[in-house]
Amino acid sequence: MVSLSDYLILAAALFAIGIVGVFLNRKNLVVLLMAIELILLAVNINFIAFSHYLWGLSGQVFVFFILTVAAAESAIGLAILIVLFRNRRTINVDDFDTLRG
Amino acid sequence: MPEIIVLAMACAILLADLFFKRRFKSLMYWASQATLGMAAIAAVMHSSAHSRIVMHGMMIADRLSTVLEISIFALTAVVFVYSKTYIAERGIFKSEYFVLALLGVVGMCVMVSAAHFLSLYLGLELLSLCLYAMLALQRDSISATESAMKYFVLAALSSGLLLYGMSMLYGATGSLEISKVAAVLATLSRHNLVATLGLVFVLSGLAFKLGAVPFHMWIPDVYEGAPTAVTLYIGAAPKVAAFALFLRLLVAGLHGLSGSWQDMLVLLSVLSMALGNIVAIAQTNLKRMLAYSAISHMGFLLLGIVSARASGYADAMFYALVYAFMTLGAFGIIILMSRKGFEAEQLDDLRGLHQRSPWYAFMMLLFMFSMAGVPPTLGFYAKLAVIQAVVSAGFYGLAISAVLFSVIGAFYYLRVVKLMYFDQPQDSHALRGSRDLRWILSLNGVAMIVLVPWVGTFIAVCRATVRGLP
Repeated sequence: MVSLSDYLILAAALFAIGIVGVFLNRKNLVVLLMAIELILLAVNINFIAFSHYLWGLSGQVFVFFILTVAAAESAIGLAILIVLFRNRRTINVDDFDTLRG
Repeated sequence: MPEIIVLAMACAILLADLFFKRRFKSLMYWASQATLGMAAIAAVMHSSAHSRIVMHGMMIADRLSTVLEISIFALTAVVFVYSKTYIAERGIFKSEYFVLALLGVVGMCVMVSAAHFLSLYLGLELLSLCLYAMLALQRDSISATESAMKYFVLAALSSGLLLYGMSMLYGATGSLEISKVAAVLATLSRHNLVATLGLVFVLSGLAFKLGAVPFHMWIPDVYEGAPTAVTLYIGAAPKVAAFALFLRLLVAGLHGLSGSWQDMLVLLSVLSMALGNIVAIAQTNLKRMLAYSAISHMGFLLLGIVSARASGYADAMFYALVYAFMTLGAFGIIILMSRKGFEAEQLDDLRGLHQRSPWYAFMMLLFMFSMAGVPPTLGFYAKLAVIQAVVSAGFYGLAISAVLFSVIGAFYYLRVVKLMYFDQPQDSHALRGSRDLRWILSLNGVAMIVLVPWVGTFIAVCRATVRGLP
């Protein structure tokens, strides 16, 4: 039997990998989008684990909404990425330094 | 409900634009204004003195949601007036701008009347998705698309933090309804680890949305990079909605943990006031300077919430509304000074504005004085109210640092005034804006000083709206 804390540890690990991926990644914007997806998936695992152990359904319903919104969000993110690539001809994170100060 | 009207009209405008674009150029502009007007009337008609939970526990209809919804409609209507000429000259006068702005308004309305974590999250995401698209509306501008990407990454990250916190709170309390969460939290011990962890994540997510230090990185880049019309939209109404999130989630939902979040908010507030006011001094770009000023204003706004009592929330609400109108006016002046092919966004562009147009220089002076908190303006009374709130809650050190940082902040606001009144103009073009832009901008500026005798009434209204909160 897998206990609740195992799920929570898995989710926390995925969440941490996602956060580290956002902050340490200096090469590629697509990897950054993947890191954001990973964060949302970690949240989903959390919700489902709690929902299973608390005998409530609302957590699982929430997960469906998160999945849908995440899909919409990555669609917009990729669209912005393409526009940015057309303008700058690069997706290297370090190159986006027009705005600073 | 007003949300439904705005949503239906946004879809109708999108369709109507397809068929009537050739014949009626400004149809979508007037249709959007009419939508906001109708929604405001609907909000007034639906208002009731006592709060009701509607839509199976998803939404709450009370005085707070009514007042904030009406102010969001008013702010957005002013944004449309200011940005009409600007977006027409830059080739983004399309129905997309108006439809995205209206859908963002729907998102904000859902946020201010959320009674459930799910509706709160969906409203927030609806607003964020519209903002990403609006920022990237000027497709061939490098700075606009870059700011859109930065905003996208950081906003998505902050939504992730907020959701992670919500999942922890769900685990601790077993419910997603804000009122039930509050009821269960009251029975838990104050040092419940899971609930406190959830609070930390929720608070960092909220601070991201408001733009408080250390979660402020997106604000300067977005304000500077975006077209001024979009900066105008992002700078005003979403701040009010983010403030409503604090009231709904932190105050109504997590009041049982108020001891913990007060300490965290003190830190956020001091850091925001310090960093915002000090870094703003070093800026040469007017929009970037106003972005840092926004960060410091958010620090002041948090002072009212730190006090953790109803009168403090009312003061913070008054501050949020006054700030939203001040910032609209300041960006309105930037829009008035810019013209086709020229963005008046450097501080040097303000030189000698008094000689070019004494009236609008005076308006800018009023906005700057109000932001700095110089006595006979609304901004002074707003600052006074929040500082009084922290003093009455016993945070004397915090009140002293607030006063100190507002003195430091006065420097860069007064520098703008000095540039306008005592320097020679470098640019001799006459200011020309459409007639409605000039009228509303003048009204906005004059309001900063003429409305002062009614400050007591406004604060009383704010008090009445937050009465239901713990």
